[in-house]
Amino acid sequence: MSVLIYAENWDGKFKKLTFELASYGARIAEMLGTKLIAVSIGNVEESELKQLGRFGVEKVIAADNKRLKQFDSQAYSGLIAQLAQKEGAKVIILASNNAGKSIAPRLSVRLKAALGSGVNKLPLSTDPFVVSKKVFSGNAFAQLLLDTPVKIITLLQNSFDLGEKPVDITVENLQTDLGGLEVKTEVIEIRKQEGNILLTDAEIVVSGGRGMKSPDNWQPIVELAELLNAATACSRPVSDEGWRPHEEHTGQTGKIIAPNLYFAVGISGATQHLAGVSSSKYIVAINNDKSAPIFEAAQYGIVGDAQKVLPQIIEAVKELRNK
Amino acid sequence: MNILVCISVVPDTTTKIRFADDNTRLDVAGVQWVINPWDELSLTRALELKDDASAGVNQVSIAHVGTTASEPTLRKALAMGADNAFRVNGEFNDAYQVAAGLAEVIKAGQFDMVLCGIESSDYNGSNVGSMLAEMLELPSVSAISSLKVEDGKALIIREIDGGKEVISVFAPFVGIVQKGIAKEPRIASMRGIMQARTKPIQVIETAATEAFTRVIRFEPPQPRAACKFIDPDNAGELISLLQKEAKLL
Ligand SMILES: Cc1cc2nc3c(=O)[nH]c(=O)nc-3n(C[C@H](O)[C@H](O)[C@H](O)COP(=O)(O)OP(=O)(O)OC[C@H]3O[C@@H](n4cnc5c(N)ncnc54)[C@H](O)[C@@H]3O)c2cc1C
Repeated sequence: MSVLIYAENWDGKFKKLTFELASYGARIAEMLGTKLIAVSIGNVEESELKQLGRFGVEKVIAADNKRLKQFDSQAYSGLIAQLAQKEGAKVIILASNNAGKSIAPRLSVRLKAALGSGVNKLPLSTDPFVVSKKVFSGNAFAQLLLDTPVKIITLLQNSFDLGEKPVDITVENLQTDLGGLEVKTEVIEIRKQEGNILLTDAEIVVSGGRGMKSPDNWQPIVELAELLNAATACSRPVSDEGWRPHEEHTGQTGKIIAPNLYFAVGISGATQHLAGVSSSKYIVAINNDKSAPIFEAAQYGIVGDAQKVLPQIIEAVKELRNK
Repeated sequence: MNILVCISVVPDTTTKIRFADDNTRLDVAGVQWVINPWDELSLTRALELKDDASAGVNQVSIAHVGTTASEPTLRKALAMGADNAFRVNGEFNDAYQVAAGLAEVIKAGQFDMVLCGIESSDYNGSNVGSMLAEMLELPSVSAISSLKVEDGKALIIREIDGGKEVISVFAPFVGIVQKGIAKEPRIASMRGIMQARTKPIQVIETAATEAFTRVIRFEPPQPRAACKFIDPDNAGELISLLQKEAKLL
C-alpha cells in the first residue's frame, strides 16, 4: 500500500506547488499508516528529485523518455496508472492545475477510482474517505464521499502549507519503452510567458477593474505589483476591452487563484469575479463606492478614488522597503 | 466533419445558492437554469466552424445527460443553431456517471470532434471531458483557447502554466475548452428560436453505471471577518496594517 503523488516539473525544476503536494501526501500517508512515493516524468536531475525527501517522499520513480518530452494526457495518465497499480497506491494526489486536471479524470476511469477535484484541505475522514471541495464557484463547499478502494485527489494550489518532514529518499530510474502508450497529439510550438511572475504562482496579486477607467491609468497597478513582487490581474470587462491581456482575467470564467493577498482596485466584486479570488487569504478593496459588494469579501477597505489612493500606498511600500 | 458539443445545465451564475433537506441537496426553488458558460462558448465556436465552409463541418449536435427538466435549456442550444440534440435520461451528480452517459451517445454516432467545457459552474469538477476521452480511448487536449480545423486536423492553442502551446491533433478527439474559444456566446435569432421547436431531441435510455462519489452534505463558505476601513487620506496606513496585523509584507 502507498500514497502516490504526481510531482510535476517545469523545465526540470519543481515548484512550491510540487512541495505542497508532497506535504499534503505525507499527511495522508500518516493518516493511513503508509508510505509516500512520487512519480516524476521528464528530465529532472537527481539532486532536484531528492528535494522531495525534505517533504516526506520516501521513493521517487523518475520516468524519462524522449516521447514523454511533451505533455500528452493520454500517455502521461497511462504511465501513472501503471505505476500506481504496481505500487499499490490507495490514494493518488495531483495538483488542480492544467496538467493535473487533465490526467486525474483519465486515471479515475482507468483505475475505477473516485475522484475528488479541487480539494482544499485534508480529508475530513479516511474511513469513510470524505474530502471537502469547492462547489458553485466558491459559493459553497461539498463534503464528497470517495466510494471506491482507490481514491484520487486534485489539490488546489496554495491551499496547504508546506510541512518539512525530512526522510531518506530513494530514486528509482524507470526505463520505459512506453509499451502500448501512444502520443497522439503533436506540440508544434510553445510560447512562454516572458519575465513576469505567473498569476497562479504569485503570493500577492494586484488587480484592476473597470474603475481604473482607461488602460492608460494602469501604471500605479504595475508599479505596486513590481514593488511587492506581485503578479498583475484584472476583471473580465478589462480583458474583454483589451485593456489588459486575457491571461490576467480572474474569476469564474478566467483564472481561479488563491494568493495570500489580493488587491482589488476599482473592481465591484460581482459573484463571478469573487468566484476566482475568494480563496485569497486576504483581500484589500479600493473602491469609491462604499456599497460595492467587494467590501463584503475584503478584510481591509479604502473608500476612495484609486488614482488618489494608489500613490499613497506606493509611497508607503517604498518607505517600508527603505527602512 | 461532425461535431458533438456536450452541454451541462447549471444554475444561472448570479443565483443565490441555497440548500435543502439539512444541506444535503441544492434547493432548486426559483433557480434559473442556463447552459454552462463554457459549453455555451464551445457551442458558439462549433457553429462558427460550421459557418466557415473551409472548415468542412457538416453537422453540430449537442449531448446532455439529465432529465426532461433540462429540455427548455436544450431548446435554447438548438435555437443558437445546433442541428439536433441527444439527451441521455437520468439524474446524476457523479462525473463518472455523466461521462459514461455521454459515451453512449458517441458510441452510437459518428463524431469527429467532441467538445466539452473545462468545468461546469455547479460542481466545478473539470472531470467529464477527460473521463469521456479515456472511456472512448481518444486523445484529448485541455484548456483550449483557440480552435481551427484544416484538412481533418485540428489546430489548437491551449493554455499551459506559464504560456501557451500550439498543438495539432487528428480527428477523432475530445477538446476541452476554456475562455477565449469564442468571444461572446451566440445569441439565438427569432428564426432560430422558431426552428428549434421542431428540431429533434433524441432520448437515450441506458442502465446507469455505479457512482464513484456522493455528496454527503453542502456547507456555505465561512463568513469573513468584517472589513476594516482605512481613511482614504491616510491610505499608507494600509501597508503598516498589512505588515503588523496581517503579517504579510
Ligand atoms: C457567465 C458570466 C461569467 C462571468 N465571469 C467573470 C469572471 O470570470 N471575472 C470577472 O471579473 N467578471 C466576470 N463576469 C462579469 C461580472 O458579472 C462583472 O460584470 C465584472 O466582474 C465587473 O467588472 P468590474 O468590477 O471591473 O467592473 P464594474 O462592475 O463596472 O465595477 C467597477 C467598480 O469600480 C469602481 N470605481 C469606479 N471609479 C473608480 C475610481 N475612480 N476609484 C475607485 N473605484 C472606482 C466602481 O464603484 C465599481 O464598483 C461574468 C459574467 C457572466 C454573466
